Amino acid sequence: MKFKSLGYCISQGFKNIGRNRVFSLASVATMSLCIFLLGLFYSVTSNVSYMVDQMSNTLCVKVFFDAGISDARIKSIGNSIKDYNGVTIVHFTSAEEAWDKVKLDYFGEEYIDMAEGFEKDNPLANSASYEVYFEDAGMQANLVKYIESIQGVRSVNSSQITADSLTEIGSLIGVVSAVILGILIAVALFLINNTISIGITVRDEEISIMKLLGARNAFVRAPFVVEGITIGVIGAALPLLLVFVLYDSAVEYILNKFSFISTVLTFQPIGEVFQNFVPMALALGIGLGLLGSIISLSRHLKV
Amino acid sequence: MIYLENVCKTYSSGIPALNDVSLHIERGEFVFIVGASGSGKSTLIKLLLKELNPTSGKITINGKNLAKIRKSKLPYLRRDIGVVFQDFRLFDDRNVYENIAFAQKAIEAPSKRIRAKVLAMLSMVGLLDKYKTNPKQLSGGEQQRVAIARALINKPEILLADEPTGNLDENNSWEIMKLLENANEQGTTVVVVTHNMEIVRAMRKRTIAISEGSVAYDIEEGGNIYEV
Repeated sequence: MKFKSLGYCISQGFKNIGRNRVFSLASVATMSLCIFLLGLFYSVTSNVSYMVDQMSNTLCVKVFFDAGISDARIKSIGNSIKDYNGVTIVHFTSAEEAWDKVKLDYFGEEYIDMAEGFEKDNPLANSASYEVYFEDAGMQANLVKYIESIQGVRSVNSSQITADSLTEIGSLIGVVSAVILGILIAVALFLINNTISIGITVRDEEISIMKLLGARNAFVRAPFVVEGITIGVIGAALPLLLVFVLYDSAVEYILNKFSFISTVLTFQPIGEVFQNFVPMALALGIGLGLLGSIISLSRHLKV
Repeated sequence: MIYLENVCKTYSSGIPALNDVSLHIERGEFVFIVGASGSGKSTLIKLLLKELNPTSGKITINGKNLAKIRKSKLPYLRRDIGVVFQDFRLFDDRNVYENIAFAQKAIEAPSKRIRAKVLAMLSMVGLLDKYKTNPKQLSGGEQQRVAIARALINKPEILLADEPTGNLDENNSWEIMKLLENANEQGTTVVVVTHNMEIVRAMRKRTIAISEGSVAYDIEEGGNIYEV
């Protein structure tokens, strides 16, 4: 298509939306509804995944050393652990710090004087340790094996059941989300393609006249493509706006109504949810609008 | 200009529409194609526009074998052929000016010249004062005049008119035929498919009669025809 015709085709695309306002409205409504449902589902799964991730981040293993080990060796063990891929934090707790913590937990501030008898004989003298935090619960088993193989390490405490449960929950969420998102996208594709297709079919005669007048396929197609993209952008923008408004209100409502939740769970900030959902919605809207127009139109260009 | 050699067309349903049709129309001719309903006249127009392909035989327009024309070149062939339909086929969501201008836009003509050309065509068909009117608000005769203006604005070498007077009264029919004759006088080859034998007899042009898919007769002046 010649460049000078581009402006005309773009303006015709916009005019077509007005001329076929019923079908344009139907296409926007179908697209908005599908993307809105996707948005709701994505917000829920993204939050569940976020919460599982947060729980994974609190997971750690505790590393104890052989009796009489030197400080230099403990430092060297710490460095070896830090170098392991996926380890995020390695926190050292000396025997004294460990005893201070136990005192406080066991006797409380009120009766802490009762522990004075142990001042010169720390019962946890061999309990200096590293708390090792890592990225993914799934890596715990290998990490523990690695640490156990380091010379000078007496034992590694970890909860493999918790790590395994978190890994399984994470995988389950991933699979279920992918399947349901796939189904929702397929349904959206079907509905949107049908709506756009009907909108084009009613203009079959218009297309055949264009072709008989000697219009090239690109010239016939261009306004429909502009129309498809515009419908896609509007169809994606409306649900994005709606999800944006509803998300904060829903989180606020849940936290007010069930205040105990805030003590155990943190909701994902809307900015993080939208980081993935905005490009997903726009790609889906524009992609479906564009593909719907091109695929539906190709059947009518054979005149 | 237009050659048909042993053209046959059978629809996928098995119904034969044209059977071994051969004819030759010279540049600048005015030709009527007559025949009863279902005789194959409209199929012939569709074959010339390459809306349909023949089952067998060869069609050549302006030296181009339609069977060998590539899809990408088809629009350029159609730009040399203007077409007018019985039901006008105007865009109801655009005014008269926009309907005619659309033919120029479709061939991606320079925008600067479109306005002058459209106004000249409107003047030729006598509708200059109605350029802003919606086609729905025009009479049948006026709508057909808009359709003729749209068909002629790209200066096609051939004008195909499929029952152009089929929906019009006698006065309007004659107005339309005058416009087609004027186009022919200016060098356009005109092929008119019609039922209207009164017009065919009066205009005394070459007439090709099609009956049951075959050429029944082909005579130089249709004035002698009383029945098809």
